[in-house]
Amino acid sequence: MEPINVVTSIMTPLDRKNVDTDQIISKEFLKRIERTGFGKYLFYHWRFDREGKANTDFVLNDSRFEGSQILVADENFGCGSSREHAPWAILDYGFRVVIAPGFADIFHNNCFKNGILPIRLAQSEIDSLLADGQKTPVKLTVDLEQQTVTREDTGANLRFEIDPYSRQMLLNGWDEISLTFQYEEQIAAYEERMAR
Amino acid sequence: MVKTIIEKVWDRHVVTEEEGKPDLLYIDLHLLHEVTSPQAFEGLRLAGRKVRRPERCYATMDHNVPTRNIKTVSDPTALKQMTTLEKNCKEFGIELAHMTHPDQGIVHIIGPELGLTQPGRTIVCGDSHTSTHGAFGAIAFGIGTSEVEHVLSTQTLWQNRPKTMEVKIFGELGTGVTAKDVILAVIAKFGIDVGTGHIIEFTGEAIRNLSMEERMTICNMSIEAGAKAGMISPDETTVEYLRGRRHVPEGEAFEVAAAEWLALATDEGAVYDTTLTLDAADIEPFVTWGTNPAMGTGISGHVPYASDYASSSDKEALKKAITYMGLEEGMRLSDIPIQHVFIGSCTNARLSDLRAAAAIVEGQHVHPSVTAIVVPGSRSVKRLAEQEGLDEVFKVAGFEWRESGCSMCLAMNDDVVPAGERCASTSNRNFEGRQGTGARTHLVSPAMAAAAAIAGRFTDIRKVPVLQD
Repeated sequence: MEPINVVTSIMTPLDRKNVDTDQIISKEFLKRIERTGFGKYLFYHWRFDREGKANTDFVLNDSRFEGSQILVADENFGCGSSREHAPWAILDYGFRVVIAPGFADIFHNNCFKNGILPIRLAQSEIDSLLADGQKTPVKLTVDLEQQTVTREDTGANLRFEIDPYSRQMLLNGWDEISLTFQYEEQIAAYEERMAR
Repeated sequence: MVKTIIEKVWDRHVVTEEEGKPDLLYIDLHLLHEVTSPQAFEGLRLAGRKVRRPERCYATMDHNVPTRNIKTVSDPTALKQMTTLEKNCKEFGIELAHMTHPDQGIVHIIGPELGLTQPGRTIVCGDSHTSTHGAFGAIAFGIGTSEVEHVLSTQTLWQNRPKTMEVKIFGELGTGVTAKDVILAVIAKFGIDVGTGHIIEFTGEAIRNLSMEERMTICNMSIEAGAKAGMISPDETTVEYLRGRRHVPEGEAFEVAAAEWLALATDEGAVYDTTLTLDAADIEPFVTWGTNPAMGTGISGHVPYASDYASSSDKEALKKAITYMGLEEGMRLSDIPIQHVFIGSCTNARLSDLRAAAAIVEGQHVHPSVTAIVVPGSRSVKRLAEQEGLDEVFKVAGFEWRESGCSMCLAMNDDVVPAGERCASTSNRNFEGRQGTGARTHLVSPAMAAAAAIAGRFTDIRKVPVLQD
């Protein structure tokens, strides 16, 4: 996967709580057997009406946020189905960072496997980002090494927490399976112990 | 030291633990299906990797399978996923219950049926409802496709140790109140993200009195409370369910295994990070009115008013949900007419679920404005139900009797609820568009779904005579 460290971009404010993975990528698009090409289906039924026309009041159709690499949403983002097609669609669309007060566990895990950085910020910070970001586009700089999110408009420098393992994986873009192969001896020993 | 079952099972599976790293957790059983596995197998091929323990994998086809005629798959992309799974299982030596195999069924229904699901195991699958298997005292959770690939090649996963949560249901459930109502009540009361970062153990008298099939319904929907997994400590009910199943030990070896399983139960005095309690007597037959599983209430209740909520974001969420659902604030649940009934899914398509629905349906007829289908959870459930004549009860009453699969729970096959129409569904998710673009889903128990099919609207099964008027 592609390493990630510093991302500077206008943020896309998605002012919704409990965004489930069925909304991120709807089931009719899960039949592909590839990992790529899901971006055009991201939030499909919010982006387009039943005739396939763009819903102009949906934030992804707002030209002010075009080319954005940072998605900001409200609490419990990515709940529901385990479908990794959700982060695949988010990445393929062009987002590298998702910021929310909280994430559902499986989605959160899936992000790290695909070079997407999920950042938890306090609810008050998210409220302010969502409110301000909808009025005027807000540019953010995310720095994974420093674990900070900087707002260009206010200059606010917000620290975020991330476990050291996930941070390393993202910064280096490591293949986790290759890393686990270094533990072959321990895995084999475990299997032998359990077989007894 | 006293421990919860969560800690006991977790600790037994830790391959290595190092400072600054998650635990490397050994996975005993890996279940696979056609939708979330193709990219994982392709990843193995591209990297020239093998499946480390094919004998610890078991695959089936469930998400895409047609339920009318299993011989013809009309959708070429769905067919391709199924032929791809068949090819992958052959290439990597994994046992597969393919579409027409006698053991085929929804992956979370067949695991327990075959005795693959056992207490103390770690079980994963590329499907969030893997939490179902926790009913046996296994740690079972859904994973993404990258993790599927990781388990295929290493039989392990890097996992942060979850926090522990006890959800205790004390007292006795009232007549007509089922496991489905219990879990919907838990989610409505505590919220759809209460379990984030936790494994929940369900305890209390009301849980102890449930059958294994009912316990599976509870654990199945722990993911809908945000939990990594749901668990129930094994007891005699667990042991008796497993006795004689294909993949469990036989004879003396079974008794040895059973003793080990029972010893996994949470120790007296063990402490959880969080404990939540609910009085069984307060739980009614439930109906969801909104677009996530926490948006529900008892059948005697009504759709909330915006004024019931303090925060503007909650008021906004209510407005969005009821607009999508075509409902109004304050509307009584028993006044909501329905057009579709779906009895099926990994939540409620086991034999006892079909029996509960059939008991309501017997001698009645589906309301003229309702289309109702029964989709047994597995081929085995279907055979057993037919032996009892349940298929005839449903068919005579005007239900369609289908082949097994995930079907209308997520509508990946032809079983779709049309836009704007309303479905009383025994499945697990009422998200926007879940059962079809624009479709409106209300989650209920099998008995409540059956009663709604007859009445053409939601009705309190505790007052079933109402069906005669």
